Amino acid sequence: MSGLPILSLAIWVPVFSGLAVLLFTGPDRNAPAARGLALAGALAGLLVTLPLYAGFDTATPAMQFVEFMPWIRRFHINYHLGVDGISMLFVILNSFITVIVVLAGWQVIESKVAQYNACFLIMSGLLNGIFAALDGMLFYVFFEASLIPLYLIIGVWGGPRRVYAAFKFFLFTLLGSLLLLLSLIYLYLAVDGGSFAILDWHQLPLSLAEQKWIFLAFLAAFAVKVPMWPVHTWLPDAHVEAPTGGSIVLAAIALKLGAYGFVRFSLPIAPDASYAFSGLIIGLSLIAVVYIGFVALVQEDMKKLVAYSSIAHMGFVTLGFFLFSPLGVEGALVQMISHGFVAGAMFYCIGVMYDRVHSRQIADYGGVVNTMPKFAAFFLLFAMANAGLPATSGFVGEFMVIMASVQFNLCVAFAAALTMILGAAYTLWMYKRVVFGAVGNPRVAGLTDITAREFLVLALLAAAALGIGLYPQPLTDVMHSSVDELLRHISVSKIQ
Amino acid sequence: MTLAEMQFALPDLSIASAEIFLLTMACLILIADVFSRDGKGAVTYDLTLLTLAGAAVTTFAISTGEVSYTFSNMYVSDLMGDLLKFMVYISVIFVLFYSRAYVRARPEMARGEFYVLSLFATLGMMVMISASHLLTVYIGIELLSLSLYAMVAMNRSSVAATEAAMKYFVLGALASGLLLYGMSMLYGAAETLEIPMLAARLLSGEMDLDIVLFGLVFVVAGIAFKLGVVPFHMWIPDVYHGAPTAVTLFIASAPKLAAFAVAVRVLVCGLVAAYYHWQTMLIILCVASLAVGNFAAIAQTNLKRMLAYSAISHMGFMLLGMASGVFMENPDFVPGAYASAMFYVVTYVIASLAAFGTILLLSRQGFEADEISDFAGLNRRNSWYAGIMMMAMFSMAGIPFFVGFFAKFSVLVAVVTAGHLWLALVAIFFSLVGAYYYLRVVKVMYFDPPASAEPIETTPDVKLLLSVNGLAIALIGIFPNSLMQLCADSLAGSILF
Repeated sequence: MSGLPILSLAIWVPVFSGLAVLLFTGPDRNAPAARGLALAGALAGLLVTLPLYAGFDTATPAMQFVEFMPWIRRFHINYHLGVDGISMLFVILNSFITVIVVLAGWQVIESKVAQYNACFLIMSGLLNGIFAALDGMLFYVFFEASLIPLYLIIGVWGGPRRVYAAFKFFLFTLLGSLLLLLSLIYLYLAVDGGSFAILDWHQLPLSLAEQKWIFLAFLAAFAVKVPMWPVHTWLPDAHVEAPTGGSIVLAAIALKLGAYGFVRFSLPIAPDASYAFSGLIIGLSLIAVVYIGFVALVQEDMKKLVAYSSIAHMGFVTLGFFLFSPLGVEGALVQMISHGFVAGAMFYCIGVMYDRVHSRQIADYGGVVNTMPKFAAFFLLFAMANAGLPATSGFVGEFMVIMASVQFNLCVAFAAALTMILGAAYTLWMYKRVVFGAVGNPRVAGLTDITAREFLVLALLAAAALGIGLYPQPLTDVMHSSVDELLRHISVSKIQ
Repeated sequence: MTLAEMQFALPDLSIASAEIFLLTMACLILIADVFSRDGKGAVTYDLTLLTLAGAAVTTFAISTGEVSYTFSNMYVSDLMGDLLKFMVYISVIFVLFYSRAYVRARPEMARGEFYVLSLFATLGMMVMISASHLLTVYIGIELLSLSLYAMVAMNRSSVAATEAAMKYFVLGALASGLLLYGMSMLYGAAETLEIPMLAARLLSGEMDLDIVLFGLVFVVAGIAFKLGVVPFHMWIPDVYHGAPTAVTLFIASAPKLAAFAVAVRVLVCGLVAAYYHWQTMLIILCVASLAVGNFAAIAQTNLKRMLAYSAISHMGFMLLGMASGVFMENPDFVPGAYASAMFYVVTYVIASLAAFGTILLLSRQGFEADEISDFAGLNRRNSWYAGIMMMAMFSMAGIPFFVGFFAKFSVLVAVVTAGHLWLALVAIFFSLVGAYYYLRVVKVMYFDPPASAEPIETTPDVKLLLSVNGLAIALIGIFPNSLMQLCADSLAGSILF
């Protein structure tokens, strides 16, 4: 590999593009320039991450593309980056979604265009930082800093109840992450001489009591972010009020942070506590899958429906992690990637309709297929993927997790498999009411089909959803050795 | 007493040359102001800035990094003192620049006295910072306080300002009395007022601890009053609110640095042997300040008052670091706690300057932009100033990458190191509460429609300094290493156990 600091580029190219957009195209009269510059920044951000996949060595579970520089010497905090087969995929996914988001806001956002795009670009860099950080504090700093742009996105460009949603989002996540901060400080002091290196913490022996407290503090941070039942209530509000781009990033990337936290922190740092609490997590996950699935069924608002379906799908992810089998963990990871594309696409589809009709109520639609046939075709594909139809990406992860849960316990498997029915029920029923039937009202009759730009976005997402569904091998190959190493690591007790 | 013993050795004046320079200049400016008849204090303003710059150069030139005493051990010069004085000059210079337009628009304040009093207040802070004798501490505090009382009352026609000055004066006098009474108790027990000797006598264990503790209570109360922590905080909201914003900015910035220095000199250097007792007192003060400050701030609609309560909570947070310094288990981390407190107070001053600087910027003739609603839609009026205010708010809320986060972080490390895990939990709980009202200011600026379409006019120098101030919040946040290290190094030389 060339000596380029690829991960640093993945973080700082978007951040500096964002700042450039802010500086050079401030007022709204420069809006076209702001959009162009933002798109260039997002594409550059995506390009610099591609060598991560091309140059990735799938044979080793070790961290790759490592960069190391002392940052705050007093507390032994380092600018330490690196990715393994798990985190690398999210860096690329995030950079890809950023391009989609910039395109999604192209015509819709008309006020403060530069600030809007800058927020997304800066957030994209910060999110890459979260996935690439190998230093606990660096992770935390990125983790919390990413709240600011999303708070502004929801609050400035959001819907009628945006203030409430933005505050709820910020304070919910902050509560969790402050407990995370405390446990990071505790771990720092627990290492001889003090260290914030996550890999040091993986090797750190801890008593069961310590592990349990640390696990619970991590759980507070990550469960809110996933979000798991019962701390999920901020998500539907945030999704409904956020602009389309905000919803896409929230669903595709922000939700993955919590699940990623489990893999990077909870499981390897507190393995014994993870086993001890696995019943609790599996229980909460199944509640998310089944109960939230039913909640999704009765939603009148399309965005809310997809938001609840996201919670149910993320329940699958946490379920997969805590089955402690390769199939479960890999299935969960595939599900995370797939959900990134599919949920992002679902929110984009809703955004496309909302931009034309300015309503998200299912009742305001009906017969969209008559006026928007191309759109309806795409929407159908994503609805099927959301329901977990075989040959779409949604199926692969769910199937793997269900297989793993059959190995684990038949009752768990039964509850988990309900998602196949529930997912199909709420997604397809919504689809039927929105798209099929006679043209419901004059506003639907006046709809125009998707533009070339919208077609491009949908086609990109459709290619991803179908590609993973038909041929998931490249994805699982990359994560294989990292997952094996993770499971080997957590099977060894840390109690001494 | 023989003649030889009475011989008077000339003290080493060079150690205090910055103070001497500043005092001389303040007196000269006072005279110059009488003779300059432009009525707006323009000459005085320029001379004051020059004086502060000169004092900064002097402090920098004579700074050796060694600990040296003069005036019969009443006065100490060390790295911590030099660093804090340097910060004091910088913040006073920023205060004067920010307040220039505000003061000019208010005829009663636009007089030379404002600047001369600023200089005397600065001198008071310098004396506080360099005190190594309890009486020097007292003189410094009085010099600062008397100047501030007068500055608060400068806007004579304002009822609120007069009331604030009166409250400040009465309560301040009470606190000074408490402090002096406590010092007299310490003198009674130790038969010395010199801080190093006090520490040595206490450590030798020959003193009556009851009397020391009796005095300690009063001394802590006096210092707590100057820092403005609960339950000695009553003056803060009224004074912050009632004082002209320029003076509020002054009170909210540099004096915190001086009060921190006094706390270190008296408690850490002087009364270290009684550490268990004052740490316990400080913990009570911290928790009370965090609770009262944060909860009361939520209810405020006036930005100055909100920032006053936030100042109370910040000083409480800073004291957490002071309360975690000495403990038996792990001596390696001892200086770290005080360094974290120092870093906290320095970064708080930076953020506070930016926040009040923005309020001053929006204030015009006959209009105080001190309601939170006055900031509505600031992002649409001027996104750069809104950005600076946002950075100040997020810094105070402790969100990375802004410098306030690393201040909170380093204090929390100190607290957890000291084994006070519950205290850290209390601190993070109130940080969450605090985040709410800072977010509200951001919400008003970014989410709400503008309150007025009036363009924001200012001079290029203020614009530049405010930008530097805002960028400092972000840049020190991204590269906090040097400042943290500087605080730690300077304290390591000053705290002698």
